[in-house]
Amino acid sequence: MLVKNIYNEFIKILSKPRSYLGIGALTILICIIIFAMKVDGNSIVSFVTASFEQTLSFNGKVINGNLIAFIILQMLIVHIPLLVALVTGDLISGEAAMGTIRMLATKPISRTQIVLSKFIAGALYTLFLTIWLGILALGLSHLIFGSGDLIVLNSDGIVILPNNDILWRYGAGFAVAYLSLLTVSSLSICLSTFAENSIGPIVSTMAIIILFTIIGTLDVTVFDTLKPYLFTTHMASWRSYFEDPVPFESIKQSVIILLVHNIIFISVSIIGFNRKDITS
Amino acid sequence: MVGNETIIKVEGLSKSFGTFEAVKDVSFSVQRGDVFGFLGPNGAGKSTTIRCLLSLISPDKGSLSLFGKSFNNSRKEILSNIGSIIEKPDFYRYLSAERNLEIFARISGANVSKKEIDEMLDFVGLGDRGKHKVKGFSHGMKQRLGIAQTLLHKPDLIILDEPTTGLDPQGIIEIRNLILRLKTEQNKTIVLSSHQLSEIELIANRMVIINQGKTIIEGSVSELLNSQELVVRLETDNIESTMQLVQVHFAEAKINSITSDSIDLSIHKDRVPLLNKLLVENKIGVMAIEPKRKLEDYFIKTILA
Repeated sequence: MLVKNIYNEFIKILSKPRSYLGIGALTILICIIIFAMKVDGNSIVSFVTASFEQTLSFNGKVINGNLIAFIILQMLIVHIPLLVALVTGDLISGEAAMGTIRMLATKPISRTQIVLSKFIAGALYTLFLTIWLGILALGLSHLIFGSGDLIVLNSDGIVILPNNDILWRYGAGFAVAYLSLLTVSSLSICLSTFAENSIGPIVSTMAIIILFTIIGTLDVTVFDTLKPYLFTTHMASWRSYFEDPVPFESIKQSVIILLVHNIIFISVSIIGFNRKDITS
Repeated sequence: MVGNETIIKVEGLSKSFGTFEAVKDVSFSVQRGDVFGFLGPNGAGKSTTIRCLLSLISPDKGSLSLFGKSFNNSRKEILSNIGSIIEKPDFYRYLSAERNLEIFARISGANVSKKEIDEMLDFVGLGDRGKHKVKGFSHGMKQRLGIAQTLLHKPDLIILDEPTTGLDPQGIIEIRNLILRLKTEQNKTIVLSSHQLSEIELIANRMVIINQGKTIIEGSVSELLNSQELVVRLETDNIESTMQLVQVHFAEAKINSITSDSIDLSIHKDRVPLLNKLLVENKIGVMAIEPKRKLEDYFIKTILA
């Protein structure tokens, strides 16, 4: 029954226009970034590398597919949670708003299976969005700009990664980025369990992400103990794969915290939905 | 055919939402083959009780068994044998009627083929609208699609909560005929909650009336109504003489109301032919002697009592 309902959920997701909104927006944004870098990439990169040019000289193709993909990821990873929440935040509350939750809950399928099937369908949608991001960011950038060594600017200075040492980092980076987006998906589905309208969970998810991000960036001592446990603190962990050496221990910790958040959100949703009186 | 097997047994059901007691002490039972009328004024607790019957709401107190089983250990088994419409059938508006039925059939616990879906759409008169999106459907069409959805997995028990709400007279007749076909052609057990008392009177063989969350009366529709006097509207060409004759010869009859051309009176139905004969013998033109809806009177009397 779980598999059958996952299939149902996927049909519903594929039939809603809003599901294509995210994919469309992502495609347009990536095309805009690539176009901007093609037209004015040299001056943008010169602006960043200017401070190093007195001590370092840059030879070869600095602007290449790897750098553009990195810039795209860096810029869009902030916005993609909204595109994810737009679809997943509606999965349960949308049914309550439409009234179909009554029909669904009177079928011989357990409420736990209803919630799980929505989580899995949401996870598959998020995976598709991440893969699409990867294909466009890496594939299109390489097609237009070609490949080359990647120059990454981080808080410790400049890291130069050779071309043959990059692909696995993107693979691993996308996997961690997917886990971050999955956490957003789980949070919005969790909020969706307790709401009766579609907009509430979407707005609440974004409000929580913004609030946690602000707390994470504030240099205030009282929040220091809290920061390591906020999922938003670990949403940029994919970037750690572009450091040299890669801080595997720190990445592992981020992955554990994100997984724990997912488990908590799923558990709260299942318990909440099982206890809920369906009066809508 | 009405059987002796108890399909639904509800005893002392109670449910509160905060401080509001929606259902206080509801008890009734439904036998196999019954068309069971579930009556009560607005806010009586009908919908809450029906939602409890479908496990949408957990009752605070009381016991509830369907097909001799409880939701605690046989939820899936029970629900796979029930088809229901609660208040109004809501569908995925962005999907076609056919696709909606496919979605609900897939999780109904039965193997429903594409052919059976098409046949069901034909049965409810939507055979030519299967590919159309539900967002373009009228309320009546959604109701008929709702009935198709309830029947798709061939359940033994059908629960319809206010199935005619918001329908025009033609839509009401269509739904009534559909229910009658389910009763006569498929011998389904049907629980029907409705504000349309005439519908219940025409269709149901047993009924329960609840008010303020409590069971007021339960029994066979014909027995409950036959225990009452018949209320007739008498229309003649001479109301004054008619009234005098009624008062002299039918002293037991109770005159409820009089207008310029008619009298409403409560009278035992065996006495109606005598009344007609008396009026004719006294050269009073009888335009009409028509029974008023008995259930309507019975319902109002019961609720007021």
